[in-house]
Amino acid sequence: MTVYDLTLAELRAKLDKREISAVEVTKTYLDRIAATNPALNTFITICNETALAEAQAADQAIAAGKAQALTGLPIAAKDIFNTAGLRTTCASRILDNYVSPYDATAIARIKEQKAVIVGKLNMDEFAMGSSNENSAFGPARNPWNQDLVPGGSSGGSAASVAARQAVASLGTDTGGSIRQPAAHCSVVGLKPTYGRVSRYGVIAYASSLDQVGPVTRDVRDCALMLQAIAGYDPADSTSVNTPVADYQSNLTGDLKGLKIGLPKEYFVEGLDDDVRKAVELAADKYRELGAEIIEVSLPHTSYAVACYYLIATAEASSNLARYDGVRYGLRAENTENLVDMYMQTRAAGFGSEVKRRIMLGTYALSSGYYDAYYLKAQKVRTLIRQDFLNAFESVDALLTPVAPTPAFALGEKVNDPLQMYLSDIYTIPVNLAGTCAMSLPCGFSTDERPIGLQLIGKPFDEATLLRTAHAYEQATDWHKKQANI
Amino acid sequence: MKITRTEVEHVSRLARLALSTEELDSLTGEMDAILGYVEQLATLDTEGIVPTAHAVPMENAFRPDEAKDGFTPEQALSNAPDAAESAFRVRRVIE
Repeated sequence: MTVYDLTLAELRAKLDKREISAVEVTKTYLDRIAATNPALNTFITICNETALAEAQAADQAIAAGKAQALTGLPIAAKDIFNTAGLRTTCASRILDNYVSPYDATAIARIKEQKAVIVGKLNMDEFAMGSSNENSAFGPARNPWNQDLVPGGSSGGSAASVAARQAVASLGTDTGGSIRQPAAHCSVVGLKPTYGRVSRYGVIAYASSLDQVGPVTRDVRDCALMLQAIAGYDPADSTSVNTPVADYQSNLTGDLKGLKIGLPKEYFVEGLDDDVRKAVELAADKYRELGAEIIEVSLPHTSYAVACYYLIATAEASSNLARYDGVRYGLRAENTENLVDMYMQTRAAGFGSEVKRRIMLGTYALSSGYYDAYYLKAQKVRTLIRQDFLNAFESVDALLTPVAPTPAFALGEKVNDPLQMYLSDIYTIPVNLAGTCAMSLPCGFSTDERPIGLQLIGKPFDEATLLRTAHAYEQATDWHKKQANI
Repeated sequence: MKITRTEVEHVSRLARLALSTEELDSLTGEMDAILGYVEQLATLDTEGIVPTAHAVPMENAFRPDEAKDGFTPEQALSNAPDAAESAFRVRRVIE
C-alpha cells in the first residue's frame, strides 16, 4: 500500500498521527502526476511550486494542532474554478492565457482548511460534452483503459481520482458532468442539490442547472468534501441558506425502513445489458440490507434530453456572450471594426461544440422562436420536476443507472452530437429537477469497463443520500478495485 | 427543414460568431437534426403549466447595500488584451 492508495480519511489519520507530513504526501502525488499525466492528459495545469508551499503551511497548521478535515490533503480542481494566481482556461483557447484574480468560493473553502491544490483538471470546453473530447488541450483518457473516454464534462476530475493523482477532486455537474465520468472511471461523484454549494467564481455554463460537487474514492471521503464546500454564500444569490447536516455522522449503515424507488422509465430499450444487470444486482443488495424496493414512475423522462438542450444552450448563449475579446482572454488581430473583432475573436476562440450550443441557444431565444422553444422547455421542466416531487412522496431515494452504457471508445460519438447528448439521458432529469444525486461503483461489464449506480435524493437531503450510498459501499467491494496504472 | 442556411447565417450574426462556409454547412444539418429531435416537446400539453426558470423556489435575494473592497484597477486590468490608464482599450466605435 503506497501513500497514493490511501483514502482521504485514511491520509487524514496518518497526517494527524504525524506518521507522514503533508510535504511528503504532496511530493508523492506530484511525482505520481508527473509519471502518469503524459498518458492520461488529466491535468491542464500542474501546481508544482504552489502545492509544496501550501503543504508546508499545512504541516505548520498540523504541528500547531490546528488541522481540519482537509488540511494537507492533495486535491485537484476542474479548470472551471477560478483560482487566484493560477491559469484558469475552462479548456478553451479563448481563455488560454487567463489568470484568475480571485478564488471561487468552493476553492476558498478548501484553502481555508489548508488543503493542497495540486492542479487544474482537463474537461470538455466550457463543460459542454460527455467525453472530455471537446477540450482545447486534447482529450483526457480513462485510467481503466486508455482507448476509452473518461466521460465528461468533468473527465479530468474523475480520471485523476481513479488514477490516484489526487486524493479527491472538485467538478461541476450541469447535466451529469460529475456523475457520468465518475461512473465511467469507477469513483464516487456527487451532484448536490441546486443551491447547496456556492457557484461563485465557477465559470458559468447554464446557470439554472450548474452545481459544484466532489469526486472521491469512497462515500466517506465524499461526505468530508461536501462538508467543506456546502453552505450559504452571500456572493452567490442562488445559494440557499438552509442548515448543512453533519454528513459523516450520518453514515450509520442503517437502512431500516428506507424506501427506494426504481423508475420504470429508466429500464427501457437502449439500456446496455451489463449495466441493467449490475443495477438490478445493486437493487437486490439493497433488499438484503433491509431497504424496501418499490417501482415508481417518472412519466416525463423521455422529454428530458430535449428540454435540457434548449434550456442549457439558451443559458449558455447568454453566459458566453462575455467572451468578446475586451476584458480578458483572446482578442483577434487585424479586424475591421469592433463588431468584427467580437465575431473573429469568438470564431477563433471557441471549439465546435461550444459554437454549436451558442448557435442553438441563440436560435431558441431569438425573436419568433422564444415561446416555441425556450418557454415550452421551461414548462416541460416543471413537469419533470413534478415527477420527482411526486415520486418522493412515496420513496426516500431513487436507484437508477448513471449512463445507458459503460464508457465508450475515444472518437466513437464525436461526429454525432445527438447520440452524444443521449448518453446523459439518466442524469439530465436530476439537474432539471434541481435535486441531489450521486454515482458510485457497482460493477464491471463483461469486457471490464466500470459501471456506476445512480442514487437520487430529495432536495437538500444529501445526508440520506450519502447514508444510502455508504451502506451499499460497506456491503460491496467495487470501490476498492483500482485502475491498473 | 426546421432551419435553413440563411437562418443559420442570421443567428450567427445575432451570436456575434463568425462562421466559415464549412461551419455554416455542417451547422445547418446538425441544428436541423437537433431541432427535429426537440420537436417532441410540442406533443406535450403544457396548457396552464407555470414555467420553471429556477429549480429551487426562491424569492428575490436581498443583501444590505454596503460598500466592500473589490478589485483594484490593476487586478481588473490584469488580463486585458489591451489597456490604457485605467480602462480597457478597444477600436474606435464612432468614426
